Amino acid sequence: MNIVVCVKPAPDPKRWDTIQLDSITKALQRQGIPSVLGPLDKRALEEGLCLKEKYGGKVAVMAMAPPSAKDNLMEALAMGADEGYLLSDPIFGGSDTWATSLVLSRAIKKLERYDLIFGGSYSLDGSTGHVGAQLAEFLAIPNVSQVAAVENLEGGRVRTRCHKEFGYRILETNLPALLTVTREVNTPRFTSLLGVMEAEGKPLVTWTAVDLGIKAEEVGFKGSPTQTSDVFLPEMKRRSEIITGEPEEIVKEIVQKIRQAIG
Amino acid sequence: MKTKLADYKGIWVFAEQEEGCLAEISLELLSAAKALAEKRNGAEVCAVLLGYKVEELSNQLLAFGADRVFLADHASLEKYLTLPYTRVVGQLILERKPEILLLPATSLGSDLAPRLAARVKTGLSAHCTQLDINESGELRQVVPAFGGKVMATILCQNHRPQMATVRPGVFRRRKPQEIAGTIENIPVEIKSEDFAQKVIETHWEKRPVQSIEEAEVVVAGGAGIGNRQDWVWVERLAEVLRGAVGGTRPPLDEGWIAEEQMIGQSGKTIRPKLYVGVGLSGVIQHIVGIQDAKVIIAINHDPKAAIFQSADLGAVADFRKIVPLLVEALKKK
Repeated sequence: MNIVVCVKPAPDPKRWDTIQLDSITKALQRQGIPSVLGPLDKRALEEGLCLKEKYGGKVAVMAMAPPSAKDNLMEALAMGADEGYLLSDPIFGGSDTWATSLVLSRAIKKLERYDLIFGGSYSLDGSTGHVGAQLAEFLAIPNVSQVAAVENLEGGRVRTRCHKEFGYRILETNLPALLTVTREVNTPRFTSLLGVMEAEGKPLVTWTAVDLGIKAEEVGFKGSPTQTSDVFLPEMKRRSEIITGEPEEIVKEIVQKIRQAIG
Repeated sequence: MKTKLADYKGIWVFAEQEEGCLAEISLELLSAAKALAEKRNGAEVCAVLLGYKVEELSNQLLAFGADRVFLADHASLEKYLTLPYTRVVGQLILERKPEILLLPATSLGSDLAPRLAARVKTGLSAHCTQLDINESGELRQVVPAFGGKVMATILCQNHRPQMATVRPGVFRRRKPQEIAGTIENIPVEIKSEDFAQKVIETHWEKRPVQSIEEAEVVVAGGAGIGNRQDWVWVERLAEVLRGAVGGTRPPLDEGWIAEEQMIGQSGKTIRPKLYVGVGLSGVIQHIVGIQDAKVIIAINHDPKAAIFQSADLGAVADFRKIVPLLVEALKKK
């Protein structure tokens, strides 16, 4: 079983309150916020590792990100992935989900073989949830969204339980296939000290645009069908009236406000 | 070959249905499409409906704003599957060239939309909270990022259609009109490679009596509730207000609420007349889902809780003391 896990290093959510807009350029200021793997990235990896333990094979972890994301891939190797691929090139900057999926698809095609590709249902930062299905389209393989459990894997087919509104569906899909996972799918393992030491000896390859045969006009701002025309921080503050004191007094005021609101 | 933008006309909505039932979001999207059409010289509004024996749903779509329904009625489209649906809608886009296509950000739409955008090579934005037409006639798509901390305006300038997904509850359906419009049957040609997947089983859980997007009153709790026993106070307060129960991520993880009750950036967007938040700190991911509520009341023992900045009325107190009294007081009327 050859498994590829795609991850999206993103600025640490614990530091999002420090994100600011440059008052002149209106560009997002997020320098100095370290990037982390999201909870869904780790679940996607965990699922790949579990299947490898059961069926044999290897797990490759892959990310399109700036060079600093090597640390995140090292963490994935320490968790148990066998090899890491960092797709990094200045011309990838500004890629939307379409262009990102294109880059990932070129890198995966460069791998010798793959049976299953895993990813999170959505990333921490953009949270569009687009890349999984778009990548599958570029690879011309089926995709399965919102996988809450991988139930069976045999005869060249994977059986999954997929979340939907008010219920779930059991789907059976031919391999190779791309699966995006939800929070329910598993609880990711912790990284062991041994894992960290072993990670040092595992291959971590960087592929640039040239390595992938990608031209500048295919990716980045030029190659992306969408453009971000402006960015702003929404104002969500209200003129709050704060009450403290005896519970009876507080309740009286709340009741009054409720009656005003709903008559 | 450059896309000739002027060839693309009309505003389309993907109409979601399951088991012959139209999803509410389909009507909400028609309402959004209608508003956009008015700003786009009265462009034609079309609904794209796929399924099996679903023709009668077309009339609902016509009543709620569609000028035309593209109907693909075929046994192989009875249950949603990514590849057959992408094939049919993708083909229709290539032939009929819509300028805009709106899809629901439901589990179905969030799967179909990106696959479709990749197939027809165009841009897609996710979870739009505002849609508008700019001076150049382009679709302005306002989307959240970083959990709603940041909002961005997305354009798709050189590709068509301009595609966007919208979560349920962001727009309101219009009042039904007298039916005027056309139903057009479209051919269904699915290729053998589209059958790489099949549905083995569909399982439904019990639906809540009142969905959180439609409720006029919503009472939501957060991690501060602490345990399942105390969660009943959230439920009792909702009950006495005849409202729906919602929550943040931790109550979902604890199993106190279902996925459909989670409010916020990765959950539901609500716009009730009254929202009461109990024992929740007010992280930005939650606030973006409640900011359209008319009145926001917050109860939290921590005076520094962020929720107070987004509330109309904030009570700094232990909810265990306040909510039982509040429930009694509201019972009296």
